[in-house]
Amino acid sequence: MIASELKPLDEILERMEDEANVFVVACDGCAAGCHVSDPDHTEEMVKELEEAGKTVTGVSRVEMACNSGLTALMLAQYLPAVNQADGLLVMSCGVGVQSVAAAVEKPVHPAANSIHLGGFQGLWRSEARCAQCGDCMLDYTGGICPYTACSKGLTHGSCGGPMDGKCEVDPSIPCGWERIYERLAALGKADRLREMPARLRDYRHMLPMKERRRSSLWALELMEGDSETAGEGG
Amino acid sequence: MTFKEALANEDWVVTCEVAPPKGVDMTHVLEEAELLRGKVAAVNVTDLQAAAMRVSSLATCTLLKQQGIEPIMQMVCRDRNRLALQSDLLSAYVLGIRNVLCLTGDHTTLGDHPDAKPVFDLDSVSLLHAAQGLIDGKDLAGNELESVPSELFLGAIVTPCADPIEPQIYKLHQKIEAGAKFIQTQAVYDVGAFEAFMKRIEDVKTPILVGIVLLKSAGMARYMNANVAGVTVPDDLIKEMAEAGEKDKQAKAEGKKGGHKVKTSIEIAARLIRDLKPLCQGIHIMPLGWGHHVPAVLEAAGL
Repeated sequence: MIASELKPLDEILERMEDEANVFVVACDGCAAGCHVSDPDHTEEMVKELEEAGKTVTGVSRVEMACNSGLTALMLAQYLPAVNQADGLLVMSCGVGVQSVAAAVEKPVHPAANSIHLGGFQGLWRSEARCAQCGDCMLDYTGGICPYTACSKGLTHGSCGGPMDGKCEVDPSIPCGWERIYERLAALGKADRLREMPARLRDYRHMLPMKERRRSSLWALELMEGDSETAGEGG
Repeated sequence: MTFKEALANEDWVVTCEVAPPKGVDMTHVLEEAELLRGKVAAVNVTDLQAAAMRVSSLATCTLLKQQGIEPIMQMVCRDRNRLALQSDLLSAYVLGIRNVLCLTGDHTTLGDHPDAKPVFDLDSVSLLHAAQGLIDGKDLAGNELESVPSELFLGAIVTPCADPIEPQIYKLHQKIEAGAKFIQTQAVYDVGAFEAFMKRIEDVKTPILVGIVLLKSAGMARYMNANVAGVTVPDDLIKEMAEAGEKDKQAKAEGKKGGHKVKTSIEIAARLIRDLKPLCQGIHIMPLGWGHHVPAVLEAAGL
């Protein structure tokens, strides 16, 4: 799941200023669920583009725009309309925009912003829980993650900010460190907070380092690419 | 005598904070510090307090040092990663700054650039750990320093009237373990609560300077009660300030000179200082714009 929200129309139009003919790609996956690219919003976008003086040469709904192979196939069916366009407006997350960009030799424009959802992975999605920090300390903290439960991601205890148990950054949530303290106190283990050594995060685990910018699926994708080429040759 | 020596001597120690300007005219902040000369052991300089962009603590501390006033450089973790923090510790040292108060810092979203990236690569405890590492000759990555800032003198803060208090106490122990040699506290108005706190940390030998924030009005007191964590102004103090405010209003209406609020504020602060004095090793005054009244507070408190 990648959450997204529509960019302001003015921003979209400004970026497509020099392009009179536009082809629209709308994703039927997550972005549709986020009311970015569902049929109603797509229709509305087409209308707004036309009102702004653009010619919409065609609209393609793609099941999951992030599925690069399928997206290329879908766009192939609209080849004349795509060719007529000066640029493509892609109503999807950032992955979808890139997948369309990989399929066509035309300028592409994102209609939406993908929203940062780090920490929301897994099936317990009601709040950010695991930031995938690569340095788990949940045993120290009573099974509550300080990186996600604390707005500052502090590793040694609460800052001076919590008021009546609420976070100073977002008073609608409880102070993560007070939750941790209460949990440890209930387990009879609060004293470990006193003994906790100074702890430094290793941000290499969280940054997209060279070897982490690609998943293991990257190799698979390359192999598929090779076999396609091989197929064409045969 | 330096701030460090005064604390080692077990003297009663007074510190006071000044705030750098949002702009480049340093006249006011330097004048405010000048008023404190000879009256305080050292002057704290805040570091982009309330997450508002302004002149750095490092630059202001350097000017104070040049003026012959001993600074305590406050350092927060919001705006710099571990490279910049350690570098600034070394830079401060070569400019003659020795005292550093290590804090986590207010979040960017509460300041005047709410869209900025909050750094928090380190926090108060790990910053103390990093600074102590430099004193011991190594940076955070374990690299040997070519020369060592061995005279750095590190401090930390605590909120003595927080509720619950236990997490504060645990973190205080972590800060002392990491290298804090002096403690300055958040504002205290409730002598009883502070006394209870000091009892809870009887085993702590690190000198503690209790925080005093000058009350400017009943409105400010109510605002702090509603919005500042771990600060509770008792009702009787709010009443005193409210009555002084009324007198000022009346005086103004009659075309007479007011000044009752200032007088009451000074009286309250002096009273607090006298009552808190037997409980700890010093006071830390945060005048929040009323720096020019600090000499009167100290005089009224008999310091």
